[in-house]
Amino acid sequence: MRPLALLPEICLLVGAVVTLLAGSFLPRERQWVARLITVAALLAAGVSAAVALGGPPRTAMMTTFAVDTGTGILRLVVVAATLLVIGLGVDELAGTKRESETYTLLLLGALGALVMGGTIDLLVLIVGFLLGSIPLYGLIGMVRTPQAAEGVLKTYLLGALFGIVLMLGVTVLYGIGGATAYADLTVGLAGAPAAAVAFGLLGVLAGLLFKAGGVPGHFWVPDATQSAGTTAAAFLTTVPKVGALLAAHRLMTIVPGSVDWPLLVAVLAAVTMTLGNLAAFAQTDVRRLLGWSTVSQVGYLLLPVAVAGGTTAALASLLVYLGGYAVTNLTAFAVVAAVPGRRSVEDYAGLAASSPWLGAALVVSLLSLVGTPPTAVFLGKLSVFTAAWDGGLAWLVVVAAVNTVASLFYYLRWLAPAFRREEPTEPARRPAPYATAAAVLGGIGVLTLGLLVAGIAPMLGTVLVAP
Amino acid sequence: MLSLIVFLPLGAAAVLAVLPAIPDRAARWTWVAVALADLALVGVVLAGYESPAEGGLAYEERLRWIPSVGSSYHVGVDGLSLPLVALTAVVFLACAVYALREDRRPRVQAALFLFLQSVCLGVFVAQDLILFFLFFDLSIVGMYFVIAGWGHGNAARSALKFFLYTFLGSLALLLGFIGLYLAAEPHTFDIPELVAAAPLADNPGVGGLVLAAILLGLAIKTPTVPFHTWLPPAHTDAPAIGSAVLAAVLLKLGTYGFVRIAMPALPDAWQAWAWVLITIGVVSVVYGALVALAQTDVKRMIAYTSVNHMGYVVLGVGAAGLVGSAAAREVAVTGAVTQMVSHGLITGALFLLAGVLQERAGTYEMAEYGGLAEPAPRYAALFAVAAFASLGLPAFTGFIAEFQIFAGSIGTTAAAALALPGILITAALFLRALQRLLTGPPQGRAVGFADVGVREGLPIGGLLALALLFGIIPWPLLDLITPGAETVVDLVSR
Repeated sequence: MRPLALLPEICLLVGAVVTLLAGSFLPRERQWVARLITVAALLAAGVSAAVALGGPPRTAMMTTFAVDTGTGILRLVVVAATLLVIGLGVDELAGTKRESETYTLLLLGALGALVMGGTIDLLVLIVGFLLGSIPLYGLIGMVRTPQAAEGVLKTYLLGALFGIVLMLGVTVLYGIGGATAYADLTVGLAGAPAAAVAFGLLGVLAGLLFKAGGVPGHFWVPDATQSAGTTAAAFLTTVPKVGALLAAHRLMTIVPGSVDWPLLVAVLAAVTMTLGNLAAFAQTDVRRLLGWSTVSQVGYLLLPVAVAGGTTAALASLLVYLGGYAVTNLTAFAVVAAVPGRRSVEDYAGLAASSPWLGAALVVSLLSLVGTPPTAVFLGKLSVFTAAWDGGLAWLVVVAAVNTVASLFYYLRWLAPAFRREEPTEPARRPAPYATAAAVLGGIGVLTLGLLVAGIAPMLGTVLVAP
Repeated sequence: MLSLIVFLPLGAAAVLAVLPAIPDRAARWTWVAVALADLALVGVVLAGYESPAEGGLAYEERLRWIPSVGSSYHVGVDGLSLPLVALTAVVFLACAVYALREDRRPRVQAALFLFLQSVCLGVFVAQDLILFFLFFDLSIVGMYFVIAGWGHGNAARSALKFFLYTFLGSLALLLGFIGLYLAAEPHTFDIPELVAAAPLADNPGVGGLVLAAILLGLAIKTPTVPFHTWLPPAHTDAPAIGSAVLAAVLLKLGTYGFVRIAMPALPDAWQAWAWVLITIGVVSVVYGALVALAQTDVKRMIAYTSVNHMGYVVLGVGAAGLVGSAAAREVAVTGAVTQMVSHGLITGALFLLAGVLQERAGTYEMAEYGGLAEPAPRYAALFAVAAFASLGLPAFTGFIAEFQIFAGSIGTTAAAALALPGILITAALFLRALQRLLTGPPQGRAVGFADVGVREGLPIGGLLALALLFGIIPWPLLDLITPGAETVVDLVSR
């Protein structure tokens, strides 16, 4: 079993249970204790993940869970992202009816992402899918508005559908490959009929794309992002994606050469980024805009998945991009959380003048989403472009570059009003303090990751240092 | 030393940006002081500079940065970059002095221009493609905020067009860089290593595509016909000092990329594409001049003469890729680099002069003025000098540059002579502008036009004085550039 190898996951699970229990007995004005428990659980998970980093690759839970560099980085990214989500959500959640429940769901959702990203067994992948999805439904529906009800219903129905498709895919792959563990499947699928392999693979991939928010499983993302609370929106556009994309990468390494899966994933990537960008063009609500922008980002993130087997740099570039994307996206959401009264891009007029720090965080995060140096996503884009070109998908890199230019347009539509000089019509409310701090912290993180990755890279182990 | 020059303005910008309590006056003078200090540091570098051995660099610094992708913090200067570093420091100082009376958010403006100065200097000293790209992209971001924040007219739209257009260029550039990186064994983004390896020499197909991507990126920035359409609106709606920096420094980032990256790293592809470049150069020269002739707006006219002047540079570097006498091609490249410096000094001054019109009378329309020489003799003198310098009158750097470009490129191919009418048309359009603006009895908004004061006269006069100085005594500048030009011609002839 080697339970110690799963210490970070255990920390999250125990944290979720204790938070829920504590929250049930604490009076409303002392729910901050539940928050502390959650943060402590996350910190414990983060520390144990950092300690485990750099150890030799091994497996846990009867060879269904890989503890390698990929999992190690995934744990750090998920833990850091969840901490940032809580930081930006304190203002919104503190003292509300369902504060501790929200924290519990965040922890369980994070755990689901870890299980998905770390597993090397199709059956555990199903468990991870469910564990990651069900808390999301709760999180989206936590604010009781008609819009949120619509968002959660949409997410739930799509989740149920794609969950079944995932299980169908797993069943087919098990049927023709004779196993569910990736190591055995590699052998089992080698001689299997290509059509059946492609069918099963598509099913599993579709389930993962639902979690990642890529085409064809993307329909829920903009609605859920717009209608859910900011905390939930920030979480569901970041953490599940991280787990699902690593899971997709692991899945792609077992597919036999009889199926041209790089092309399949490449086409999905191209469609995802193009659709996300085109849809984001017309948005005026910043949450919906960010929702579509996260769809387009999944398109770029699928580049290294498409070349998963072809080049050694694919995994490294995926991890770099995932880390950069997580902190960047959360910084943008932290700005949104800091000024909850501003909904449309026009509402942001004069933001930089009234709160320069928020303006700076917004510039850094949006320019990072575009991929301007010296930010974290620039480094991610540079490495995934390089990996994809190296893997023979130069055409996809060109598509991604054109999409990047197109994306600049709608990010600027948000940035331009924020930096316009405008006298406020009504006295501006003070921005939420915790969310502002999270935004500034996130902005610093974006720049630090972009500039000082040299100092971080050696810590990431050999995977990232290899060209 | 180079790092200090690059990051000194950035540090000052950060201080100005985070301290809202700094009074406007102090912010304006801090900007001037920092720009002056930076120029002094560049002076120290110039004084201690000795041409490095062929292919080598002076004041080289190299630090670990992103080893995972073979990129390092690598800076250094040679005969191609040092004149442009000096030009950048001079132009930004001129802008700082010119902006001493700015009353729209002077603290933020000073911070933004100091930031821009850092990134422009960074591009010229960068010896690593990622570092180059980082500064190149940030220059676009900085300029976007300059136009959007301090522009006039339809500034938001022009700024957006500028950003989208040049960002497209920078991404094309990035694709080209990735192509170079993957072609090199071992993979590297280091410019001297890539130049030494010339990675795509035996792969003309991919080499051509990579060069096409890099050329597209640089051509948009330069800009050459047909990628110049962002330039006139950006210039027209930018503030005076923004236009001056855009024309004098930012356009050079494109042409500098030709001689620093495209020519030496992709010699075979460059030779194959030389005719395309010569054609683009000739078309830019003639077309830019003709469209400038048709303008009634002074600033748009100057903007189109930039297309014309940058066309000469493209012509010169294109001719260097042909088979022909090495001496002639060296002259052409030397002329091209001289033209970059010359255009920076002269056009920078012209845009500041156009800014004076806007500041006094609120319009750039030539028809609104007439007989400015009477109420504003100093303005008229400066404008006349700048116009004559820009049309290539002997005794100014413009003549030295264009003479060498034509001597070198016609010596390589007679087709370059097709660009000669450009000079004639430019002369005609400047003479016509002088006549409309300055001569005759004062009329329209020229009545009561206040003459230029010290704050405006000093930077404009200073830029023109340098153009005159190196026009009369060109050898210090040419001695600096020629070894670098020789190296490039040797490298591109491999």
